[in-house]
Amino acid sequence: MENIIKVEGVTKSYAKHQVHQNLSLDIVRGECFTLLGPSGCGKTVLIRMIAGHEVPDEGKISIDNTVVTDSATGEYIPPERRGLGIVFQDYAVWPHMTVFENIAYPLKMEKRPKAEIEELVMRMIDIVGMKGLDKRLPSELSGGQQQRVALARALVADPSVMLLDEPLSNLDANLREEMRFEIKGLQEKFGITVLYVTHDQEVALALSDRIAIMDNEGAIRQIGTPYEIFEQPADLFVFKFMGIANFLHVTEKAGKFCVGTGNQEVPWEAPTGSAASWVAGFRPSDVTISREANGLKGKIRRANFLGATMDYMVEIDGETLRTELETHHAINSNLMFEEGEECYITFKALHWFDAKQLEEVAE
Amino acid sequence: MAKNTIKKDSGFGVAQLILFISIAILVIFVAWPVLLILFNAFFVEGKFNSLDFYNVLTEPETFQALKNSFVIACMTTVGSVIVGTFFAWLVTRTDLPYKTFMKSLFLVPFMLPSFIGALAWKMLLSPHSGYINKMWMEMFNTTEPLFNIYSYAGIALVEVMYLFPFVFIQVCGALERMDPTLEESARISGAGLLTITRKITIPLVMPSIMSGALLIMLYSMAHFGTVAVLGIEQGIYNIPTLIYEKIHQSAGSFASIRTGTVLATVLIASAALIIWTQQKILSKGHYQIIGGKSFRPMELKLRGLRYPLLFFCLAYIGFTIVLPTVVIFLVGGVQTYGLSILDPNNLSLDNYKYILFEYDVTRDAIFNSVTLGLAAAFITMFAGVMISYVIVKMKVKGKGILEFLGMLPFSVPGSVIALGVILAWSGAYGINIYNTVWIILVSYIARYMAFSLKANSAALEQVHDSLMEASRSCGASMWQSLKDIVIPLVKPGMISAFFLIFLPALRELTVSIMLYAPTTRTIGVAIYTLNEDGETVMSTALAGIALILIVLGQMLINHLTKKASE
Repeated sequence: MENIIKVEGVTKSYAKHQVHQNLSLDIVRGECFTLLGPSGCGKTVLIRMIAGHEVPDEGKISIDNTVVTDSATGEYIPPERRGLGIVFQDYAVWPHMTVFENIAYPLKMEKRPKAEIEELVMRMIDIVGMKGLDKRLPSELSGGQQQRVALARALVADPSVMLLDEPLSNLDANLREEMRFEIKGLQEKFGITVLYVTHDQEVALALSDRIAIMDNEGAIRQIGTPYEIFEQPADLFVFKFMGIANFLHVTEKAGKFCVGTGNQEVPWEAPTGSAASWVAGFRPSDVTISREANGLKGKIRRANFLGATMDYMVEIDGETLRTELETHHAINSNLMFEEGEECYITFKALHWFDAKQLEEVAE
Repeated sequence: MAKNTIKKDSGFGVAQLILFISIAILVIFVAWPVLLILFNAFFVEGKFNSLDFYNVLTEPETFQALKNSFVIACMTTVGSVIVGTFFAWLVTRTDLPYKTFMKSLFLVPFMLPSFIGALAWKMLLSPHSGYINKMWMEMFNTTEPLFNIYSYAGIALVEVMYLFPFVFIQVCGALERMDPTLEESARISGAGLLTITRKITIPLVMPSIMSGALLIMLYSMAHFGTVAVLGIEQGIYNIPTLIYEKIHQSAGSFASIRTGTVLATVLIASAALIIWTQQKILSKGHYQIIGGKSFRPMELKLRGLRYPLLFFCLAYIGFTIVLPTVVIFLVGGVQTYGLSILDPNNLSLDNYKYILFEYDVTRDAIFNSVTLGLAAAFITMFAGVMISYVIVKMKVKGKGILEFLGMLPFSVPGSVIALGVILAWSGAYGINIYNTVWIILVSYIARYMAFSLKANSAALEQVHDSLMEASRSCGASMWQSLKDIVIPLVKPGMISAFFLIFLPALRELTVSIMLYAPTTRTIGVAIYTLNEDGETVMSTALAGIALILIVLGQMLINHLTKKASE
């Protein structure tokens, strides 16, 4: 596998606020790579440094085996010479140009012959589903259509890499889902490398070949396939960031790990490692609830009917957890609990984390 | 497929160059003249001497001018706040008939140059020959005039007539944008309308009232025209008229320059204080309660007072706008001054023909004003775009200096600029353009830079950074992006800057009066000097022509801005 973008030891800070410290990252040719992290973690700064709109304080970035910025040698190639396609969060479609002129602009800058520009642009307009709208101004387009123009403009000059900075966050939920599949389709069609930045886990899981999880300090916690990130989280931050999470505090009693301060042992393999204390992490969907005396005994604290699913809050020896199950399944299996009823809990999946991490993440 | 690849060899950093040019423009045109004034005010024979500064300041003549400036400014401010707030409330918060139309009527005084207004009021209310006073004296067979316009009250009243829109606009804006739920919740809590007005509405619009009031204060303190036309006869001088008198009569002697610089220093200090206070008031937290959204505010039912109040508004407009304008055009057309202006046999268009095509003083003045206005507008528009671009968009070291310099044009009054320009460009530093049109051009650029910076930075702030970044990433260089993306998008701002400069320059008086030579009179100067020389009819006829030019220009702006916003 060949790396198309190499980020090596990049550090960047604004005034006193440090965004990135010694960050390194490789992106493989042809893959769809997503930078996923909470808002304000510095994902956008990284993408801007790759594009050339920001200069790192320290470190080196190469694209296609060419160094585009290097603090050691002072090398800096301006954005217009990096041969990238970019789609911005606010579309950045030029309001004074028609759809055609917007998409034709990168080709015009390359001084391609007029007939070729005409042909390429019309084909691109067709591909992004904007046929017949080429003479419109952006003000006459919907948000989704403007985003299509931005996509077409980024792709038309056949860049080696396309950078997308939260391109869907200004669209409504339905359109977001539709555009998500369209971007994936375009990426496969053009065989282009995509670097995608988002804070939306769902988009990242649906779109990516690989995901990098970035924390609030701009450090990368884990890089892996969507499956690895979801099923084998490297740490508690990654686990918590990827969806609703339950954490049960445990106390160790003679080699046994018991929930809360009680005497019920967690029905899962004991953790290995040297943490002073542990928490058990799992998602609501990892929990099996039943009336038969199997697993941890608890009490229903709250029962919520949410239509398609039932949502229960269960208390076990002073600890609480949330679980959900399909309403139909609950009715058929006699699992419609009332508040105050007793129940039993087992797990389909469970991860052990150092309890210290939970405090850090909560901060 | 040929992949789009990286192209090596890079451009050079032009950012520093642009920053340097921008700083140079502001230093040469604005900062340096101001510094020369401060230097001349505080240094005597090369030595710092604050005692002498104090001595000049306390000379009876100087001190009286300071007091006059302050007193007139205070009277004008109080009057304008009362008039402006009242009318703003009427057109936003009541069910006054034809509200939108009335609102635009109240903005008309902005167009009328106040010294032309003063000229008209002089003809109407001068103690012995004013038309109204004469009529009064004949009707009641008395020798006491109804009102003497040559007085503090007269000067302040005329200034209020033409300055109150500053408060009016600000308060209208605040009242329109104020969230009505704030008032409604007070009402639900059982507060009466008076209590709501006193406890909720007034505190919320107070920052806008204050900010408009301070603008008027600044304008009035440094205002030349009205005081020059109405005050000099009675020996009422304010700071700018005294500076003019000193420079004009003693032909640049050392003592008069010193008095001028000391007075100008006081103006600079007051302006700085006023601008600073205004910024403080506007940045206060509670101002945010007024959001950017438009709401439907609660309206007070005027009931039986609706039409009387409408009549009152119309009478006010008629008295302050229509009457003076009519007088200007009638007097401009009389054959024999002194005979009735209402006698059709005494009226013709001959005077207008004469001053437009035959009389060289006025013909030259119109030519000078139009060319100076066009040149100043062009140069200042382009300089303003560049400087605003650096301030709003660029990330370069040393931008802080430019931001500071960019504030300067806003706080330097016209008469200060004129004096500074005389000090800087009269040969003491190698270049002597005194007595030429160039010195007037230089001073116009300094005077109107603030307008250009304001209009252009507002337009540039609308152009999101990502638009430029997108074009850079599409392969356009910085210059190419400026040409293809930024300039087309800023064009409406540039056009409005152009007219914001051209129109006021057309009727400029404060600066030109200190810098004109016999062949370089502008329209304002010609009106003023002809009037001084007793050529009242010619002066008013020229004023009439100026009004027509201004109205035509304003209509053109309205047309263009409407087109741009479509």
